Amino acid sequence: MTSDKKTLREELEGQLADQLVSVEERLGETTIVVRAADMLEVLMQLRDAEELKFAQMSDLAGMDYSAYADEEWQGKRFAVVYHLLSLVHNRRLRVRIFADEDDFPVLSSVIGIWPGANWFEREAFDLFGIVFTGHPDLRRILTDYGFVGNPFRKDFPLSGHVEMRYDPEQQRVVYQPVTVEPREVTPRIVREENFGCH
Amino acid sequence: MPEIKNYTMNFGPQHPAAHGVLRLVLELDGEVIQRADPHIGLLHRGTEKLAEHKTFLQSVPYMDRLDYVSMMCNEHAYVQAIEKLTGIEVPLRAQYIRVMFDEITRVLNHLMWLGAHGLDIGAMTIFLYCFREREDLMDAYEAVSGARMHAAYYRPGGVYRDLPDSMPQYEASKIHNAAAVKKMNENRQGSLLDFLEDFTRRFPTYVDEYETLLTDNRIWKQRTVGIGIVTPERAIALGMTGPMLRGSGIEWDLRKKQPYAAYDKMDFDIPVGVNGDSYDRYLVRVEEMRQSNRIIKQCIDWLRVNPGPVMASNHKYSPPARESMKQNMEELIHHFKLFTEGMHVPAGEAYAAVEHPKGEFGIYLVSDGANKPYRLKIRAPGFAHLSCMDEMARGHMIADVVTIIGSQDIVFGEIDR
Repeated sequence: MTSDKKTLREELEGQLADQLVSVEERLGETTIVVRAADMLEVLMQLRDAEELKFAQMSDLAGMDYSAYADEEWQGKRFAVVYHLLSLVHNRRLRVRIFADEDDFPVLSSVIGIWPGANWFEREAFDLFGIVFTGHPDLRRILTDYGFVGNPFRKDFPLSGHVEMRYDPEQQRVVYQPVTVEPREVTPRIVREENFGCH
Repeated sequence: MPEIKNYTMNFGPQHPAAHGVLRLVLELDGEVIQRADPHIGLLHRGTEKLAEHKTFLQSVPYMDRLDYVSMMCNEHAYVQAIEKLTGIEVPLRAQYIRVMFDEITRVLNHLMWLGAHGLDIGAMTIFLYCFREREDLMDAYEAVSGARMHAAYYRPGGVYRDLPDSMPQYEASKIHNAAAVKKMNENRQGSLLDFLEDFTRRFPTYVDEYETLLTDNRIWKQRTVGIGIVTPERAIALGMTGPMLRGSGIEWDLRKKQPYAAYDKMDFDIPVGVNGDSYDRYLVRVEEMRQSNRIIKQCIDWLRVNPGPVMASNHKYSPPARESMKQNMEELIHHFKLFTEGMHVPAGEAYAAVEHPKGEFGIYLVSDGANKPYRLKIRAPGFAHLSCMDEMARGHMIADVVTIIGSQDIVFGEIDR
């Protein structure tokens, strides 16, 4: 397994060269970061190059790094993380691509490379507001019809903005601002490294 | 001649064959599907967002409620992701217990699927047969965790507790007299392992019964053969995994290819289909049940002769024994901190995937060193499968849509999350 991973890193560096922003190997997983401008070219190569052959896209996750480690996040706020799987070589690869603009994050759609990305991109659009250019049908997918906002962004409260109830006077379901107080049972704490270890 | 227009039909969300809350907007030409547009999200609970606001341990029960017919497999992926990030060593006995319950879960899932799928396309008896066997396996769940379904049995570092030495018994009631109860309790006299061993002895005959009902049944074949064909290349490109991929003839099973827990020590085969239609996927799943039975047997034999701990001993991540907690100050502090503040998972990211009964179930966990996940992404196999609905249903009749939904093994808990 170790020698196998070594070659993956070598392959990546050989094939993609200066298109790679960084390569990281940790916990037996390989992560590469690619610039948004190069993404389609790089991903196409990852799928087609004989030594890579990442024929399947297992997962696509939107990311909002704005509250990472409870500090001011220095880099770009939004990213999309692709998990690729090569069935031929039995290897996985994680590709992280940051969207250039924080206010209006845009990336290219990868439907042309992996058609299975369709709903995953709709999900990232719905929950994070990341727009994928070239997507044929970029609609909301998980949230309610007529939903406003991007619920998985870190500045969206857990309790949301609106709640729904039946109004007996109007005899229909109405939306109103939430009445529940936001509460935190267990506070979120980031400890310094090796806290409590001697 | 009047102009013929396409007809749009709404299927679900309150339809028994929609397997939950699927709303399918079908565009029809006569009775032929031109376009199928699934509307999902009616069961969206925001599990991933909720997990960001809970400690790592508090999210374990949420995992049960994702794919609510294969509870422990979901938990397995989640605890594996935490174990990967923290580097906890899981005791071997716990790994065997996990494998055994993963396979019990697989049988549970496939039985549920077979019964419901049969019912959807016109076979009534199979449903009753399948639910008869599910009852025994749910009892195994209950014996080990106290809950028939939402077990929360796998914990980071192992499993909640060791297998019990006795099984709960039926008691006489108005409906069952003492003699009937005695008969019902016959295979519950020993430990959980005895009970399961008895089950594994009986189960192959039951699978034969299902196959007698369906495999060569003319109606069954007319409803499933040639319906929803997926070519192997297309299956990979569309992100299909599990029986959907194997039904198309690709031998890919994470239990063999990227073994986790104790799967590398198990002897079993991977069934694959030939044509990639609904009938092949049915055959694959039925054979998987037989293979699961084989794995359960191997686990029982191993677990009988290898006692040992079932939880890691690092109390930064796993709770100390109740007894020592009562007597030892250090243990008491560990216990208190673990159940109030929760464990701190080192900063980093990990992707852990398991061969879930429905396909590849993955957890992408990002931690920034806090006592709660920074981001949890659930890769649900059903999500990828349902997204192929349009492609698979095009050109088929309305009645075939039901077959295709059934053969995708859709459960909304995991798709909508």
